[in-house]
Amino acid sequence: MEDRIEKTIELKAPISRVWRALTDHREFGEWFRVKLDGPFVPGETSSGWITWPGYEHLKWEAVVQSMEPERYFSFTWHPYAIDPAVDYSAEPSTLVEFRLEEIPAGTLLMLTESGFSKLPEDRRSLAFRMNDGGWTQQIGNIEVHVAQHA
Amino acid sequence: MSRSTRRVPVVFAALGDETRLSLLERLSKGRRCSIAQLTDGTRLTRQAVTKHLRVLEKAGVVHATRAGRESVFEFDPRPVAEVRTYLDRVSRQWDEALDRLRAYVE
Repeated sequence: MEDRIEKTIELKAPISRVWRALTDHREFGEWFRVKLDGPFVPGETSSGWITWPGYEHLKWEAVVQSMEPERYFSFTWHPYAIDPAVDYSAEPSTLVEFRLEEIPAGTLLMLTESGFSKLPEDRRSLAFRMNDGGWTQQIGNIEVHVAQHA
Repeated sequence: MSRSTRRVPVVFAALGDETRLSLLERLSKGRRCSIAQLTDGTRLTRQAVTKHLRVLEKAGVVHATRAGRESVFEFDPRPVAEVRTYLDRVSRQWDEALDRLRAYVE
């Protein structure tokens, strides 16, 4: 159990094409299934509505962090904010990062979502501390136990 | 669902400390332990162990019960399993989104 999710995929498309699909708000909306109100601007909140059938009542909101053309795109958001009755602004937000790299086959896309351990302000006293080695290893041990008792 | 989602950072925070992890590891072997037993063989004071156990208890990963004059602590695997289920779900959502991205650009 890691505090992050990492995905790497190879896309048979030029890096410029992938960059556009990620950062043009209309194109992003096509595959991500969200209708965004306007273009992505670093430092600004991007909002819209989910277009996934059955979830159209859900608002989509993220804060664009960084856009380095054809290289890096990142935003923060509240993952899995699915309950419209809950004010997620007090909940921890995670950082979503897309990294692009040119490869002979097209584009290598690396996605990271991290910060699941980040706490809202009022819980800072419990601040998460990443331990080198020990953390992952010991979680592994606990996981084995959980698997056996699940 | 939103309730367990909210617990994710609390569980991470509880587990993000070497001392607490080692306490939890001992408890996860399945035996209930008293504070005295958990303090034994460590360099920690009873007070320190108690403090860490309270953090674990708050996150729901251990439960305390009274046994005579002392508290005994027991490991509860459910919150850790919930966190993992949650991360698995987020992970699956990304797999699906990236599949759609692939279909969209290729």
